[in-house]
Amino acid sequence: MPMDVMTGNSAQAYGAKLARAEVVAAYPITPQTTVVEKLADLVASGEMKSQYIKVESEHSAMAACIAASATGARAYTATAAHGLALMHEMLIWAAGSRLPIVMGNINRAMAPPWSVWADYQDSIAERDTGWMQFYCQNNQEVLDTVIQAYKVAENHDILLPAMVMEDAFYLSHTFEPVDVPPQKDVDDFLPPYDPPIKLDVDNPVGLWALVPPDHYMEFRFKIAKAMEDSRKVIQEVDEEWEKKFGRSHGGLVERYRMEDADAAIIAAGTMSSTARVAVDNMRDKGKKVGLARLRVFRPFPYEEIRQIAKEVDSIGVLDRSYTFGHGGAFYTETAGALYQAPERPHVKNYVIGIGGRDIPPKEIEGILEKVLSKEDGGEVEWWGLRTSGSREVN
Amino acid sequence: MIQIRFHGRGGQGSVVASNILAAAAFLEEKWVQSFPFFGVERRGAPVTAYTKIDDKPIWDRSEITEPDYVIVLDASLVAVVDVTHGLKENGMVLLNSESKPEDIELGDGFRIATVDATEVAVAHGLGSKSAPIVNSAILGAFSKASGEVDIKSLEASILKMAPAKHKENAAAALEAYEKVQF
Amino acid sequence: MAKSVEDLPYIPLMSESSAVNKTGVWRVIRPIVNQEECNQCYTCWKFCPDVAIQIDEEGNILIDYDHCKGCGICEAVCPKNCIEMVKEE
Repeated sequence: MPMDVMTGNSAQAYGAKLARAEVVAAYPITPQTTVVEKLADLVASGEMKSQYIKVESEHSAMAACIAASATGARAYTATAAHGLALMHEMLIWAAGSRLPIVMGNINRAMAPPWSVWADYQDSIAERDTGWMQFYCQNNQEVLDTVIQAYKVAENHDILLPAMVMEDAFYLSHTFEPVDVPPQKDVDDFLPPYDPPIKLDVDNPVGLWALVPPDHYMEFRFKIAKAMEDSRKVIQEVDEEWEKKFGRSHGGLVERYRMEDADAAIIAAGTMSSTARVAVDNMRDKGKKVGLARLRVFRPFPYEEIRQIAKEVDSIGVLDRSYTFGHGGAFYTETAGALYQAPERPHVKNYVIGIGGRDIPPKEIEGILEKVLSKEDGGEVEWWGLRTSGSREVN
Repeated sequence: MIQIRFHGRGGQGSVVASNILAAAAFLEEKWVQSFPFFGVERRGAPVTAYTKIDDKPIWDRSEITEPDYVIVLDASLVAVVDVTHGLKENGMVLLNSESKPEDIELGDGFRIATVDATEVAVAHGLGSKSAPIVNSAILGAFSKASGEVDIKSLEASILKMAPAKHKENAAAALEAYEKVQF
Repeated sequence: MAKSVEDLPYIPLMSESSAVNKTGVWRVIRPIVNQEECNQCYTCWKFCPDVAIQIDEEGNILIDYDHCKGCGICEAVCPKNCIEMVKEE
């Protein structure tokens, strides 16, 4: 089946199948459930050769993936929101152990108030665990990125786990065309996982023992160095993918109509897909605006962002989460990267789409107008917040 | 771009209908996107789903607020949900109803089509009288009334994607295709 | 001696089993087994937290003094009271 229509969650499952994940351990949670249902079907029917481990929680799911990966098996899991939060301890363990596990995370808002809809609070809360983070804008990218993520993660200079993000419902439950590459081509692209060190009963080793202050810092530096080096590897792997499969997903930052732009927005996930329409509408009116899509948040693409800062006078950063510090995470890190840059344009943060609030093109056009005018006061604005004075309170 | 909004009740198959319609248009080499507005999807509760069809890739992922077509799987929803909200000038509402289009009072500025999808579904053994599964029948009616997707493509995607009773669902679509009034 | 970041592997690694750590030097009291009284029930063998109790070919209890830390659990659990902890000299 070269081209088919499928949901983002099916695309995750087919990505794991094409990557020949040898162990799947997962616990169901809305809106991720159909990922593990699909994988269970594929394993039960014999279409996918994998050990499917049923577990009683997400913490156990990640523990099982850690153990499997430590023996040299390619491991996959998927979760969302509270499931990801429950994994927190094990996420740090996976990254510190340098195990290239790939996990789908279906971005869902954190409760309370209870919500099943899209925002990035769940994965943003895990940004400092040492996992790479990819944010996808369509189902094709979801499938392709699961496979790409294994290739990056298993590179011997990297050896870090990776999360492949999908927006709840906007991708997870959305049907759209996806090209499913032939298994043989994926096999050529992604060789079997071959870790430098693994647990093997014939050659016993002790791993991850207590490390005194003499060496702990050095081991943590190695994680930071691997994350830094992954910036180059992610770019190369996406280029190799394009050569082989004819499509690129933009490496770390995908640029859209940035040529001669005076103003740009930085956004991620499905809102950046919709933002293309907004940029096109503005360009049709002769307004020089562009879009920089943050495809990868960990590692943080600070060089690409400094390049954009050289090209435009004004940047709006759109965040679908909040740090409860001073702005959303994409904004604080963008602003942090720009402080040391030679050129510092006007930068403002727009917190938008929290808890799955819909983001139609006209809302993004409204932001683009403000960003272009550079007259928008303040540093952080909750865009579309319903207040007693706002134009549309339903 | 053609935008279709589905209104139904949990259990009637609105979300599956939006996917089957997208798959049918995909068979005609269109770009498609379909998704549910995931609410409290319990049996009987109002459900909304969307299908977009275009000749080029669809980047806009926002909900449909100005549909070309509205498909209502349960006529009693009209009293609870503003089904024609944002409907484009000269757009069309397709209702599952025993009434003739001229007897439906929903407002002006758009076309109305009707089909008794419940009767068709029950005749083909799809669901029960109290909870008929009308999605395949209403899609057959949509094919004829809108002309946006060929009944053959629809039949093929029903046979591939219906969760159960593939042949009965396809037959229901064909029968409703013949019976729709507009 | 502390190693540099370049000299360390990418993860903390012990290429041999933890048997290379001769923890016997931690011991201040040592277990002595009265082989005459011992009826070879192996309760001590089950309880030893350091796997420092071994069983020889005749079924006798042997203490691995290279690894025994002298915790005294074997003495406490022995139903025949035939293990005695004595001061190291």
